[in-house]
Amino acid sequence: MKVLRNLLDKMKPTFSHGGKLGFLHSTFDAFETFIFVPDTVTKRGAHIRDSIDLKRTMTVVIVALMPALLFGMYNVGYQHNLAFGLEKSFWDTFFFGFLKVLPLIIVSYVVGLGIEFIAAQIRGHEVNEGYLVTGMLIPLIMPVDVPLWILALSVAFAVIVGKEVFGGTGMNIWNPALLSRAFVFFAYPSQISGDKIWIEGLTNGAGVVDGFSGATPMAIAKAGGITSMTGYPGFGDMFFGFIPGSIGETSTLAIMIGAAILIFTGIASWKVIVSVVAGGVSIGLLCNAFAPNPDSYLALPFYNHLVMGGFAFGAVFMATDPVTCAQTEKGKWIYGFLIGAMAIIIRVFNPGYPEGMMLSILLLNTFAPLIDYNVVQSNIKRRLKRASVKTKEA
Amino acid sequence: MSKYIRLTKGLDIPLDGKANPQISKTISSDIIAVKPSDFKLVIPKLLVKEGDYLKAGSPVFADKKNPQIIFASPCSGTVSEIVRGEKRKILEIRIKTEENNNHLQFEVPDIFKSEKEALINALLVSGLWATIIQRPYGIIANPEIKPKAIFVSGFDSSPLAPDFDFTLKSELENIQAGVSVLSRLTTGGVHIGLNADNHASTPFHRLEKTIQHIFKGPHPAGNVGVQINHISPVNKGDIVWTIDLYSLAAIGKLFLKGIYDVSKVIAVTGPRVKNPSYVKTYPGMAISAISDMADKNQELPVRFISGNVLTGENVGEKGFLGFYHNQITLISEGRYHELFGWAKPFRAKKFSFSRSYISWLMPKKEYSLDTNLNGGERAFITSEVYQKVLPMDIYATYLLKAILAGDIDKMEELGIYEVVEEDFALCEFVCPSKINIQQIISDGIELMVKEMA
Repeated sequence: MKVLRNLLDKMKPTFSHGGKLGFLHSTFDAFETFIFVPDTVTKRGAHIRDSIDLKRTMTVVIVALMPALLFGMYNVGYQHNLAFGLEKSFWDTFFFGFLKVLPLIIVSYVVGLGIEFIAAQIRGHEVNEGYLVTGMLIPLIMPVDVPLWILALSVAFAVIVGKEVFGGTGMNIWNPALLSRAFVFFAYPSQISGDKIWIEGLTNGAGVVDGFSGATPMAIAKAGGITSMTGYPGFGDMFFGFIPGSIGETSTLAIMIGAAILIFTGIASWKVIVSVVAGGVSIGLLCNAFAPNPDSYLALPFYNHLVMGGFAFGAVFMATDPVTCAQTEKGKWIYGFLIGAMAIIIRVFNPGYPEGMMLSILLLNTFAPLIDYNVVQSNIKRRLKRASVKTKEA
Repeated sequence: MSKYIRLTKGLDIPLDGKANPQISKTISSDIIAVKPSDFKLVIPKLLVKEGDYLKAGSPVFADKKNPQIIFASPCSGTVSEIVRGEKRKILEIRIKTEENNNHLQFEVPDIFKSEKEALINALLVSGLWATIIQRPYGIIANPEIKPKAIFVSGFDSSPLAPDFDFTLKSELENIQAGVSVLSRLTTGGVHIGLNADNHASTPFHRLEKTIQHIFKGPHPAGNVGVQINHISPVNKGDIVWTIDLYSLAAIGKLFLKGIYDVSKVIAVTGPRVKNPSYVKTYPGMAISAISDMADKNQELPVRFISGNVLTGENVGEKGFLGFYHNQITLISEGRYHELFGWAKPFRAKKFSFSRSYISWLMPKKEYSLDTNLNGGERAFITSEVYQKVLPMDIYATYLLKAILAGDIDKMEELGIYEVVEEDFALCEFVCPSKINIQQIISDGIELMVKEMA
């Protein structure tokens, strides 16, 4: 530790303003503060500060993502086994998935952090930790067969257009991770749609078990109605996550473990998570009640919506993003409820896409400032009213 | 019938080094200083020069904008030095004290029978007017404006704060006289906020001519601003006054004995104090007088804070006690690098309001917190955490952003009139982005004062 510290202290002048490599000041700073908590002390205001910082906040989110990530890796292998009729041990299955997912994570971090570092350098800011989480979220919401160049492009789009043009972390309007997913979804529909992309190797087609479709339960239900789901994974499989889907979002159980960590540590707002679920359940029940016939998609039992597709993952990890979600406590309830409701509405009523969570969250990200505006206005009105009542008395 | 108000938001920071209820010494330091910077937005007009002899209560300087507000010497002695900073700004007026404290004798009007103007005039002439603070803005009150009401907090909830029941137990009569004076200056009454944990045993519940309110909850329940927000919030156009109990006692002594006596019992606290206890002293005392109480046998240097850890001022060992401060806190300077500190799972010596470290497992533990920032400054990311420690009907992030944008109308709408820096001190403590929130509030208030003048 001493050696490392001495080394950093020796390098510091070179990277400081005026030094030979002074223009890399932000980059050096990022690495230094990554290794050591800096020795900065309080200058103004409160003399003591909480031991939490953004690095810690982001670390907790990463930890909360671990169950979903690890299960996702296993599931990649498991689905591959199913598709190709292979029998592999637990560890071999996991390792297969691990090798498939790792490149996605690496590409996401290298491209994203690269841009973040350059942007921080240009602005002369410290590098913000926000991308540590975004960089993990992006691979988790991608299908495993996404080509790496498309992933790289989508990451670049999300970080530059979604974040840096607005001024960096804390200023962005839309959740950058979802923006990258939306980019892939709309820019490369031919490469990235249909039933085959969810399972490693399926797009290639060779050696697949006869009659294996690889479609997600949601796509099946959407296309063929409820009856078509018989014979496919049931509620239990969907809850535990043994279904095709984006890497990190299949297992509701793993996501719930993450949610527990986030809520317990106070990092994510439980209000948002609860209200997203409430919104989804409400519209789900309404759909059930008004289903024209038992085979209609409207009749899909409401609880299935919660475990299918990206609903759980979106509710826990995307909707709760502190920057893009509503900032006021009342606003959070409204924001969350509308996300859940819109997601189910898009799923059930739009003919185009089977999944609605991504679009729903991006839509509500857009409207979150408006929701907040109204909540804050009511606070302002309360204050004005108080004042006018007083003048009458006087 | 007193009103019971329960606050759930807030935080009691478990800092080590609470003062034992005993007075360990009486300090009469050789040099004391009167510091114009203790008084928010006051530009001093010097009334003394080096070599002048002053009694306790003799004027030292006046407010340039409002020359009838004067500031007095707490002790008798000779002006030894006038310390100036950049652009000849007056930083300190140092007074070499003498052994026997001589008081200037004031002719004071009768508390109950005299005209209100006579009472105000006595406060102005004696220099005690400076103890009356107005809201909005937390600046010294304007003697021409009659306040809607007057508010006093009967307890201090900030970290390691002095226990007023102990420090002021012999001052009840003086405080009562002070209350009687102030209650004649408003029609809205003198409101006092008492601590629910001891409201029956505290001597202050016996104060007459007060309207009592009982507050239950963590810090900042003892902040007078928070109490006002729950009793009768400050609206646009309102002026209320606030004053602390120490100052009420001083006003009482002025009207009972005719002297300017601001001597007080203050707490010497914090993890770097060997035997945290109380000392009897004067505002402006040299901090070096308590050097012997500091625990210097540790690697990290000591920070000497006049006031508490949230709102106090880093005055250094050679500095002087602030006029309004009733406490000195000594903590370690956190100048050290910590390898992967943010990634360590436990970090048992650190405290966090969030549960991302294990401090939540040990609610009884007291921490030796230091001045390390524990991170780097970032943009606003979270807003929820501020709201958890701000028991006021105010949207912290929106107000702060309005101030940063310099938007006067928005600041007004979002409640700038109701807050002062100390109300946001906890927001600053918990902020994961390490933003200097009190400074932002201070800038906002300064802008308002300038624009509204």
